[in-house]
Amino acid sequence: MKAGSNLEKVFASGGFAVTGELGPPKGNDGEVVKKKAAMLKGFVDAVNITDNQTAVVRMSSIAAATIALQAGIEPIMQMVCRDRNRIAMQSDLLGATAFGLKNILCLSGDHQSFGNQPGAKNVYDIDSMQLISTVKRMRDEKKLLNSDDVLEGEVKMFIGAAENPFAEPFEYRAYRLKKKVEAGVDFIQTQCIYDMKIFREWMKVVCDLGLNEKCYIMAGVTPLKSAGMTKYMASKVPGIIIPQEIIDRMSAAPKDKAAEEGIKICCEQIQELREIKGVAGIHLMAIEWEHRSGEIIEKAGLLPRPKID
Amino acid sequence: MIIADRKPIDDIKNMLSPYKKILLVGCGTCVSVCMTGGEKEVGILASELRIISELEKKGWEISEDTIQRQCDREYIEPLSEKFEAADIIMSLACGVGIQYMAEVFPRHMVLPAINTTFYGTTVSEGEWQERCAGCGDCVLHLTMGICPVARCSKGLYNGPCGGTDKGKCEISSDLDCAWYMIYNRMKDLGKLDMIGTFIPPRSWKASLNGGPRKRVREDLKK
Repeated sequence: MKAGSNLEKVFASGGFAVTGELGPPKGNDGEVVKKKAAMLKGFVDAVNITDNQTAVVRMSSIAAATIALQAGIEPIMQMVCRDRNRIAMQSDLLGATAFGLKNILCLSGDHQSFGNQPGAKNVYDIDSMQLISTVKRMRDEKKLLNSDDVLEGEVKMFIGAAENPFAEPFEYRAYRLKKKVEAGVDFIQTQCIYDMKIFREWMKVVCDLGLNEKCYIMAGVTPLKSAGMTKYMASKVPGIIIPQEIIDRMSAAPKDKAAEEGIKICCEQIQELREIKGVAGIHLMAIEWEHRSGEIIEKAGLLPRPKID
Repeated sequence: MIIADRKPIDDIKNMLSPYKKILLVGCGTCVSVCMTGGEKEVGILASELRIISELEKKGWEISEDTIQRQCDREYIEPLSEKFEAADIIMSLACGVGIQYMAEVFPRHMVLPAINTTFYGTTVSEGEWQERCAGCGDCVLHLTMGICPVARCSKGLYNGPCGGTDKGKCEISSDLDCAWYMIYNRMKDLGKLDMIGTFIPPRSWKASLNGGPRKRVREDLKK
């Protein structure tokens, strides 16, 4: 075991893992995190705690992850390279592990121009690939960046990252994953998948490169809530491809039944993804839909979640 | 070259309000080429200010000069008499020129008429683009001559990120994704193996983060 997190144990036992997503509040009410954690408890093996996603200021990932852990659910602390330099990141890693956090997801971060602080100066002292290698160095060599002094204590982190099979250049994306694997990533969550053809092609190269043997690949899914959301994501969100067939299905559904149709599509996708070689789990990104995540996971036949000590 | 934009006329007007005898000084190098602070632009600003002075009864006396380089003492010193005759100096040079004029004439205040923006090039008539960030540790040999520090919105060393959209950056459809260009150039030149090379965290000491930079060549020092 590298970190001994529940997520790592589920993978190691050969289980098909399920992770969810919990967005911290735009305020400091810890009860919000606890409520969301309660909705997801028992339905996921671990839950991503986003780090100021879309560059909107929210409760910090490290604090919300700690509250979630205390509420009895295993967090995956997201960490973006946009807001902190290497001093702050390494310091936060020491703090996070002191709080008992055992999973991290290393991300570049959405550009600040998307959020509520568009005039902010971004940091990017290191990028997500370099962050992966930094965490690995702290964990495996017990050393900080640019220092040969041995760290006190152990930084047990199961290291995750994201990869987007739907961003250009498509033919490079599997090789970029290879680079992340070489940097030290243990698991990957993909961008939301709607286009199975592109995903299958990506996954085939991933398996041909043997990357599914070196890290666990979780297929990302996001249930569509309405025809409007579908069209918006298809046309406005960079790096998301939604096939016309899905847009048509969401558009054809009556307004009050659109959410059900979205959940139905999502469950079908999960079934299809489970059959694809190399897929080790599902990452359900039900944005501000924590209350429906359990229902989706249940309908997709992913319950009960394994209990491992 | 150094690219700059002229400040809005209201900002310039406000800066000059307390003064009467105004000397505008242009620079014949970069800002001249990017058509912001050369002789011609000094003339245009002088005309604008004379009209404002007339309309708003400012009583400004505007004189103009443009020197070869404001970043070189030998071109600045001959302005001595003109500096003495003015209440205020307004420079249309880059930030280096503005500061260096004030350094050469420490008893005078030099105001900026322009905002220095970036190191770039003229890509077509009327359009300039950034190419270099002056970061002090060039990696262009690893990135096919396309700078990820100056041209990737996140300054990523191991891109492209997941936000590449049809070859454009996630922040704007007007902006080419630097890493998409790097990838394609590697592909075109048969160097695709290069993109697999992990670029480790760099030291930013060579950049502004190491404090103001200076370069010393002992062999040239007197």
